[in-house]
Amino acid sequence: MSNFKAIFDTYNWDTTLKSIFDKTTADVKNALEKEKLNLEDFKALISPAGKPFLEEMAQKSQRITKNKFGNTIQMYAPMYLSNECQNICTYCGFSITNKIPRRTLTDAEILKEVTFLKKKGYDHILLVTGEANKTVGIDYINNAIELIRSKFSNITIEVQPLDQKEYELLIESGLYAVLVYQETYHREAYKKHHPKGKKSNFDYRLDTPDRLGKAEIHKIGLGALFGLEDWRADSFFTALHLQYLQKKYWKTKYSISFPRLRPHSGGLEPKVTMTDADLVQLICAFRLLDENLELSISTRESERFRNHIVHLGITSISAESKTNPGGYSVAPQSLEQFEISDERSTEEVVEMLKNNNLEVVWKDWEQFEKV
Amino acid sequence: MNEKLEIADKKFTSRLFTGTGKFSSSKLMKESLLASESELITVALKRVDIKNEEDDILSHLNDPRINLLPNTSGVRTAKEAIFAAELSREALETNWVKLEIHPDPRYLLPDPIETLKAAEELVKLGFVVMPYIHADPVLCKRLEQVGVQCVMPLGAPIGSNKGLKTQEFLEIIIEQSNVPVIVDAGIGAPSHAAFAMELGADAVLVNTAIAVSKNPVQMAKAFKIAVKAGRMAYEAKLAPISQKAEASSPLTSFLN
Ligand code: SF4
Repeated sequence: MSNFKAIFDTYNWDTTLKSIFDKTTADVKNALEKEKLNLEDFKALISPAGKPFLEEMAQKSQRITKNKFGNTIQMYAPMYLSNECQNICTYCGFSITNKIPRRTLTDAEILKEVTFLKKKGYDHILLVTGEANKTVGIDYINNAIELIRSKFSNITIEVQPLDQKEYELLIESGLYAVLVYQETYHREAYKKHHPKGKKSNFDYRLDTPDRLGKAEIHKIGLGALFGLEDWRADSFFTALHLQYLQKKYWKTKYSISFPRLRPHSGGLEPKVTMTDADLVQLICAFRLLDENLELSISTRESERFRNHIVHLGITSISAESKTNPGGYSVAPQSLEQFEISDERSTEEVVEMLKNNNLEVVWKDWEQFEKV
Repeated sequence: MNEKLEIADKKFTSRLFTGTGKFSSSKLMKESLLASESELITVALKRVDIKNEEDDILSHLNDPRINLLPNTSGVRTAKEAIFAAELSREALETNWVKLEIHPDPRYLLPDPIETLKAAEELVKLGFVVMPYIHADPVLCKRLEQVGVQCVMPLGAPIGSNKGLKTQEFLEIIIEQSNVPVIVDAGIGAPSHAAFAMELGADAVLVNTAIAVSKNPVQMAKAFKIAVKAGRMAYEAKLAPISQKAEASSPLTSFLN
């Protein structure tokens, strides 16, 4: 198989969804007893039949995570560099149709934000932009990485999908990881939510992790945006994507994120609600599927939810996030991409983690290469 | 009883080496390490800020009883490993390095080819090289030839706590080796550690089993005792295992 699309195209959304709903109590019990789970077991764990086994799943997930990652949680912070975007995404505040003031940080402004985040202790950073190739294209991103690479051990980006060559260039400049969420694996729904701009090309996005794998990136983050379509089917396709990538690009590490739709300017109501219990079920299912997987939770989730989820399988979290360019120190009032939910300061989140007997890990990577 | 273990120019009373990852706090890490009485403690370079003396982990390890063994965990190639080792030699003032090259981020299985390449180069650069490897007897001999000071074969995948899954190969390695054999990875219980020592391993390295237990300090002590017991048993020479009953005097002597 040359790329994931070839595998993906052999699946049908509706039959996949039905096969998840058809899972029985016996399938769930069987999955819970196994040490190595396959994708059919994963389906059982995320199925409605899995729901009564939530506590058992959580116990197992906690045990496995603790064994693998110890009593630790990694901290990272997002840094929005720009809210310029040429796309329409129905769920996003930066969508081109939203009449908001646009802003792209200058070098000096980036460094000002960096100073703020370094003071808070962050060493892992996630750079975020919209998709505006003229202003925040590859040159802008490359410049930003070169500008801050000596200040952070770990630089991750969440920007528009790029070509393999462009990824290679960024890796050379010090890039560690790329997060690229498919948003939804439902082709028609994808089209509906991305009617205009480069992002409307479903296949190009689907192929992005393959390009990253070929570029030998250190880590790829996958995920779906929950709320657009049925979360169970979207999660299954995420898992399918993950397992394909793991076999093919075995030198790369993988992480999964679990973004649920959040309120934003021009708001879209979720088509499907994913409850807290659903999300716990999913996080535990991913942990049971793969004990080595990094699982991340952002400040989209509530304080209460995050206080509990840190024990159930999660390995990294952000805190005090601002989802607007310059939000930390340059332009605190500019418009956010979406509202965050857990508004606690970094210090408060760290305190919470310590009270939960978890060691806060600020640094877990270093680029050991001569430059 | 309990001979000292010699690696390069150092003599160790304790044959239990420990790691620093996965503890719920640096304070607990230090208490556990001291309770283990381990004299060689490995620390992941990627986890610490080696240029910063106030780094939370490093500052807790700043103790005369603790020898630091920096490890190169996280690197994928020989080139990166050599660079990491050079950085740590400069910053931590030690030429000891635990060479870990695992391009596979899931099971952290070591790359034998890159490891051999890096080991050869690092020995030339004057390092005391302790390579983390699969339990591969031939690779151990090749590493010995290029001048490493010990070999560190795995008992089971890192962090799995599964014990000595590679026992058959460890036995061959121990039998053939001219350098100390330190069983690394997979040891999940004091009984596993004692067993490795009974087999004739020169030392064991334990991290997860201590860090992740309910009471790391007590577990560290348990490992300390188990390793000592296993070594004592090895030195005392275990009685042979036999399926058949053996009569204390020959049954056929009446024929003479
Ligand atoms: S989700 Fe990304 S691509 Fe879509 S509108 Fe928002 S910033 Fe632009």
